[in-house]
Amino acid sequence: MVAQIFSVIIFLVMFLMIVLEVFERHTVTLMCGLCTLVIVFCFCMHDFGAIVDTLNIQSIFTLDFWHTSGSANESSGINWATIIFIAGMMIMVEGMARSGFFRWLCMKLAKLVRYKMVPVFLVFITMSFVLSMFIDSITVILFLAAATIELAKLLRFNPVPMLLAEIFCANLGGSATMCGDPPNIIIGTSLGYSFFDFLTNTGLISLISFAVLIPYFLLVFRKDLKSEATEQDIANMPEPSSAIVNKKDFIISCCIFFIAVILLVTHANTGLTVAFIGVFVSALTLIAAGRNIPELMKRFDYKTLLFFIGLFVVVGGLEQTGVLEIVAQFIERISGGNPKLMVAIIIWLSAFTSAFVDNIPFAATMLPVIKTLSATAGVDLATLAWALSMGTDIGGNATPIGASANVVGTAAAAKAGHPVSWGKYCKFAVPATILVLIISTVYIFVVYL
Amino acid sequence: MGKQFVVAIGREYGSGGHEIAEALAKRLGIGFYDKTILEKIAEENNGEIEELRKYDEAPKNAFLSRRILGYSNSPEEVVANLQFDYIREKVNSGESFVVVGRCAEVVLKEFKNLVSVFILGNEEDKIARIARIENLNPQEAKDAMVYHDKKRKSYHNYYSSIKWGDARGYDLCINSSKQPFDETVDMLESYVRMRLELM
Repeated sequence: MVAQIFSVIIFLVMFLMIVLEVFERHTVTLMCGLCTLVIVFCFCMHDFGAIVDTLNIQSIFTLDFWHTSGSANESSGINWATIIFIAGMMIMVEGMARSGFFRWLCMKLAKLVRYKMVPVFLVFITMSFVLSMFIDSITVILFLAAATIELAKLLRFNPVPMLLAEIFCANLGGSATMCGDPPNIIIGTSLGYSFFDFLTNTGLISLISFAVLIPYFLLVFRKDLKSEATEQDIANMPEPSSAIVNKKDFIISCCIFFIAVILLVTHANTGLTVAFIGVFVSALTLIAAGRNIPELMKRFDYKTLLFFIGLFVVVGGLEQTGVLEIVAQFIERISGGNPKLMVAIIIWLSAFTSAFVDNIPFAATMLPVIKTLSATAGVDLATLAWALSMGTDIGGNATPIGASANVVGTAAAAKAGHPVSWGKYCKFAVPATILVLIISTVYIFVVYL
Repeated sequence: MGKQFVVAIGREYGSGGHEIAEALAKRLGIGFYDKTILEKIAEENNGEIEELRKYDEAPKNAFLSRRILGYSNSPEEVVANLQFDYIREKVNSGESFVVVGRCAEVVLKEFKNLVSVFILGNEEDKIARIARIENLNPQEAKDAMVYHDKKRKSYHNYYSSIKWGDARGYDLCINSSKQPFDETVDMLESYVRMRLELM
């Protein structure tokens, strides 16, 4: 009981400190993780086995960690597969960014549609959706926002509507695959689902939602999608090839990205785990970088990885002390064992929470809850997993602070002299979020229940 | 006045600090920057000035914004930083100027030829002045004064370890209620000229 109380206090303090930003978020989770190990496991539980289980280092040295995709990572605590995969993808993306790949892609596609506003809008939101299926949404939005703001200056249009739609589509695209959004990586690696499992389940929901959202975007932004550019402005647009910093690096980074996509799409067949894919593509990127490795590693975002490590330990504390089991029993009780109600609660509760707090800790916390729910209430675990995935990924869209892509996108807009208020953001994003959540709920009800 | 210098003026709401700063800039024959900085930023970025004005000298709301990888999406913080960058650019261009508010004495603390001033006033004088200019009754004027000073204080203190209006953070603090307007400007002018001789 004392251990449960302390684990909950540490968890709540962690959330509050993340929101208040008094310290950097990785410092907060690491400190709270340390408190969990010392106070909860050592002093309250006197259980050193729980420490070993939560740190979970032994899992890295098993064959299953690197090969045999499809088997669930049964252990609790730090999900090293998620961390290694994210680290690998970060290194790969840094290599791509260094070569000018993203800017080239944006400029090339804008030129292909002759810089006409509505086609540029459609191409950019599609690019955001598709790229986010494979690359983290922060990177996608960073480069899309830079390109959108550059285009907006040259073609004299307001970049905010396009940026808001890109942010929404980045989060939507992220929900479509296992590697698109961190909650999906956590769910996939913990429950043993493959890239293809996500693509054929959450991927379909995302695709339907994307198709429905296009007319919605065009309707709400119909007055804004106008450019004051003249023929001369268009003639003066920079050539896409000018974005390529180094042609050799550019070709190599395109090839590595292509290899990563192939490996991810086929990993259920090849048996290679996402941890292996992460290490492999990062090794290729580092070999290709050669002498430029120090420069590439300088931009490597190790803080996010430390944030994950601390977070998994704190959630491990809740799991080991049985707090999450109590949460699961509570959800089971209020839903009266009704699977439809259970799914609805998971989707809408996850969405509401993710709209205001980081969806990564929430997904990591809810994962053991849905495992328990599935075991006790007899509801298919995959159904609950898709509900959790859609809820956490889509809920983050509703507010400017709900997901990392929203923060980075609205920060870029404000820095370019276009601050986005909560009112302006939510007026567009809340109806779109509700629309996608309704589609997700109905789809899961009809197809799985 | 061949040397480049900057006069950064902080002020209480209703103290007349803005008008004093403007008159001082005229006397010294140098540029004057205040909230018009936002107009320049909006013009350069094809943005809407009203959108920027909403966040001028406003404190950050920690619960309504987040920071990821060094990117903050607090409009208040971003608008503040845009103005800080603008002020720094002006210094780098070699221009001499007077700037009102915008934490300029904090932003330019490394600049050697900076003269920082804080202008305060007696409460009753400030209320009377606000009531006259804004056409408000005394209670409304007092409310406006309390509101604006609170806002300026939180804004300033977010970016500075030295508190807003704390004499230790400025070269000179002056109470505008103690002498007529012109005498305040005279005094500041002679102080700045004296400092210039020593620079």
